[in-house]
Amino acid sequence: MTKPTPTDLGSPLLADYALSDSVADELFDSSGRMRPVWVPFLKALSALPVPALRAKFERGRQYLRDAGVYFRQYSDDPLNERDWPLSTMPVLLHETEWDQICRGLDQRANLLEQVMADLYGPGLLMQQGHLPPRLVTENPHWHRPMVGIQPRGGHYLHFLAFEIGRSPDGSWFVLGDRTQAPSGAGFALENRMAMRHVFPEDYPRAYTHRFAGFFENFRKALEQLATTNRTESHQFGLLTPGRANDAFFEHLYIARYLGMLLLEGEDIVVQNGQAMVRTIDGPVPLGLLWRRIDSNFADPLELDPDSQIGVPGLVDAVRSGSLAMVNALGSGVLETRALMAFLPRICQQLTGAPLEMPNIATWWCGDESARAYVRDNMDRMMIAPALAVDLPFDSNSETVRGAEPEIVDLLDTPAPDLVGQEAVSLSTTPAWVDDENGPRLTPCPMTVRVFTARTEKGWQFLQGGYARIGPEGDANALAMQRGGSVADVQIISDRPVPEPTVPKAAPDATGVRRVRTESAALPSRAADNLYWLGRYIVRFEEAARLLRAYHLRLAVTDRTDDALLTLIAKALKAVDISVDAPIPAGLRDRLFAAHGCASKIRDRFSPDGWDALNDLVKTTRQMVDTATPGDDAARAMSVLLRKTAGFSGIVTENIYRFYGWRFLSIGRALERTDSLAAALQHFAPEDAPEGALEVALAVADGTMSHRRRYALEPTRDSVVDLLAHDTGNPRSLLFQIREMQRLAEDLPGATLSARPTALVRELLPVRTQLEILSPEALTTAVLGDIRTAVARMSDRLAEAHLR
Amino acid sequence: MRYDITLNIDYRYSHPTDRTRNLLRILPHDLPGTQVIGDWTLALTPRPSEQAHFTDFFGNTVTSAVWHYPIDAVQISLSLQAERLRSDPFLSLAAPLSRLGQDLAALRDVSARSPLHFTAASRRTPAHAGMGDFARAALRPGMSAADAVRAIGRAIHRHMEFSDKATDVDTPAAVAFEKRAGVCQDFTHIMITCLRAVGIPAGYVSGFLRTFPPPGKEKLVGVDAMHAWVCAWVGPEIGWLEFDPTNNQGVGVDYVTIGYGRDYDDVAPVCGAMRSMGDQSSKQSVDVAEVAD
Repeated sequence: MTKPTPTDLGSPLLADYALSDSVADELFDSSGRMRPVWVPFLKALSALPVPALRAKFERGRQYLRDAGVYFRQYSDDPLNERDWPLSTMPVLLHETEWDQICRGLDQRANLLEQVMADLYGPGLLMQQGHLPPRLVTENPHWHRPMVGIQPRGGHYLHFLAFEIGRSPDGSWFVLGDRTQAPSGAGFALENRMAMRHVFPEDYPRAYTHRFAGFFENFRKALEQLATTNRTESHQFGLLTPGRANDAFFEHLYIARYLGMLLLEGEDIVVQNGQAMVRTIDGPVPLGLLWRRIDSNFADPLELDPDSQIGVPGLVDAVRSGSLAMVNALGSGVLETRALMAFLPRICQQLTGAPLEMPNIATWWCGDESARAYVRDNMDRMMIAPALAVDLPFDSNSETVRGAEPEIVDLLDTPAPDLVGQEAVSLSTTPAWVDDENGPRLTPCPMTVRVFTARTEKGWQFLQGGYARIGPEGDANALAMQRGGSVADVQIISDRPVPEPTVPKAAPDATGVRRVRTESAALPSRAADNLYWLGRYIVRFEEAARLLRAYHLRLAVTDRTDDALLTLIAKALKAVDISVDAPIPAGLRDRLFAAHGCASKIRDRFSPDGWDALNDLVKTTRQMVDTATPGDDAARAMSVLLRKTAGFSGIVTENIYRFYGWRFLSIGRALERTDSLAAALQHFAPEDAPEGALEVALAVADGTMSHRRRYALEPTRDSVVDLLAHDTGNPRSLLFQIREMQRLAEDLPGATLSARPTALVRELLPVRTQLEILSPEALTTAVLGDIRTAVARMSDRLAEAHLR
Repeated sequence: MRYDITLNIDYRYSHPTDRTRNLLRILPHDLPGTQVIGDWTLALTPRPSEQAHFTDFFGNTVTSAVWHYPIDAVQISLSLQAERLRSDPFLSLAAPLSRLGQDLAALRDVSARSPLHFTAASRRTPAHAGMGDFARAALRPGMSAADAVRAIGRAIHRHMEFSDKATDVDTPAAVAFEKRAGVCQDFTHIMITCLRAVGIPAGYVSGFLRTFPPPGKEKLVGVDAMHAWVCAWVGPEIGWLEFDPTNNQGVGVDYVTIGYGRDYDDVAPVCGAMRSMGDQSSKQSVDVAEVAD
């Protein structure tokens, strides 16, 4: 292998940048000259001292952390998320080259649409011998229930991605088509944002084609598909498998960015062939789903019966023509590896022209001559199951090198289950390495993911995308299985690219320009999680206050039968918390439950709020190992209470004050009411032991208020007055009940009839009771009745809005 | 042969379930040359908020029923008249098993009854090495594909004992094979797995079996509930033949077909989804009475 010396810029960063004559490189062309598109960028980069470069790269990573960009791994641990592996060097491609790539892929997108229409329609490709039928009939991604169903709007495919690579001769080829539910566009957006923090300089920023127009146009196309030819308004949403999915962040991000509902299967019901979103206001029609779950999980009734994340009846909604799907259910069949062996011929057959951009050379081993060819050339082959739908370099791909001995044996007889693909080399691109050998740029193999969306004007391409960067040293595509990083692909123009101007919304019938895109519909599941988040967080806080009171008492008494200690332990036991450990499991579980609710509705949180909650979880976890009973545990509880207040502050200050916020607030008020009533029951009964009233004040955070207002030792009357009747005290029963009533009267449906809603009807008697009863009349029994009423309020709320 | 058939299925849920959605595959339809379906009535209690019929990929009639309000039980009752026609006896010029692979490779037909839909493992009938060995042990060199079907069916009948206690509707075929006991669903799944293992496309047939035998014949097994048997493709000359491994016999005038599929999942009489958790239980009764001409 010869090593042409690259004509570098004298930059020490490129001193070890070794080129190989058997692979192409993005930075240098085949003659060793730096490609013009990189020159100004590399010049600027080389002019910077290394510490300044390091600071730049750190800014990008910091941006991603601040924005909460992460990649989730499947596990039960609520905090098991990895940082997003951004390579801080972009990949630069010139717009002329990019346009050519997009032309080739435009043809391919249209071809795939035609193949899809045939596989779910007349099946002529199989009947006429252009595609072996068993690749379809034995294919788990070809869904029989979808055969014969016309897609709403006329098209099966709306959003596609292509994984492409550059051959040693400099031309591009397709490694794989992503047609099922392509991921990565949201990550591409985040990469781009991060890169703007790394390289705010004029070049390449001002010369880079923007992303915004692509998403704006796709959003418009989705809205149109969802709403055209309807007599009533229809919602559209993004269907996610949920927070356990590795790409959940992207679903969240895209839904937020495009102002779409983020929906899970349980948000949707199908009635009379119409998909509906369950909202707090009842079911509302759904016109389109951008699904990010694989087709087979979409409907347990007609597709995979084991699916827990689908919607029973969703196929029915598609069949009735009322629901548009992006992409049509069953589109995963186009990802079948063996299909690539036949696409070149199918293209010729269907369009009369060859593929403009070739795909990776593929041989289906069910064909005798193809098998013989693979067998004879196996050291140049990658072998995979014929019906595999992953990419050869996915980390868990079954693809192996052809020279494996057991594969050789398999290929001795016809092997319709196998497919051989050329073991291609990829081009290399500069990656930043900063290790014990010093900071430098080094060539690493890459593939580029290109995204395209169907719009009014046909397929529109994201101008750029994201590149996967493999480990240094091996340009074989399979080496990418070992992982690596991702990079922002920037399409560079010769001239500065004007900032896209966002067109003003057209005025509606009343002459108003709509500027808000966020849908007002609040899914019941989101409301439910907000409500329970409010409840769990207060539950956690109230338990921490009780535990603090317990450990403060423990610190000043050595008697285990101390009356107050026993009383507090009893109050804790009543809420299933034992005092065996300084940080009991019951306390942690409340926080995990709150975290669980919050993680299901992350689209409604600021990253700050999320960080504050994660910080609270981490701190609590650390304290499990370190806290000791007595003073130390009491101090630990104070820390947790401060952090809880911080989280609650961020959340209540920043959540948009609409229905969602009301559910969160009702949850908080309801839980607060119950725990206040419980505290009065435990610590202010008519025969309370000495010191119990002080505990009541402490757990209700009322010690200071009491001192200011009553200027005397607490008596039952003064404590009950402060904690039950005092409307100036936010921690009084009456204050919380009035707050709840105010919130309840703002819920949907509350103003439709003159009569108060069921929830308000539960609230009114409690409110009246608290307003007219004297402290001595508020007995332990009456407090018990109030708590029962609170439980009924929760039921009424759920019945009206949460199912 | 004409029959009056009644079917009753009762479902009970331990909690009232919200938004129950069921797909029923219990309605037989005409099969040219094989069966003619007369009048039928289907009653669902409580009354569904939505009820509709459609035809699935394999040509089976599907009833979809949706309840928009919570229910804690569903009763399904179906009564119908069916006539089963006498079919021609087997032609003996069946293709040899060894030629089946070539015949399949040459096929381009992908319509619902194409054997190409019945070659691959499916969810309820995954490939199983033990059953593959078992099937191969039942074969003799030079056998025709039709004889191979009968030989494998006979071997399964000998290997397995009928028991409605050994398995339930969700038991994998491999477990029933291991236990050597099960009901018609298990017999059928095992036979499908065995046939596919030796290259014979095979599918699941659900239907009814006459309750009382003609005078002088023994009462058949599996008559108290809906029945299942196997269809197998034995080459382009004969096409499909049907065999009942539970009773070790070819399928004839005692049988009324409801539907075809790759395995139980494709033709499950009741496929349901509901919003709440909890157990459910079901009871089924079938009566297939011959109507005198």
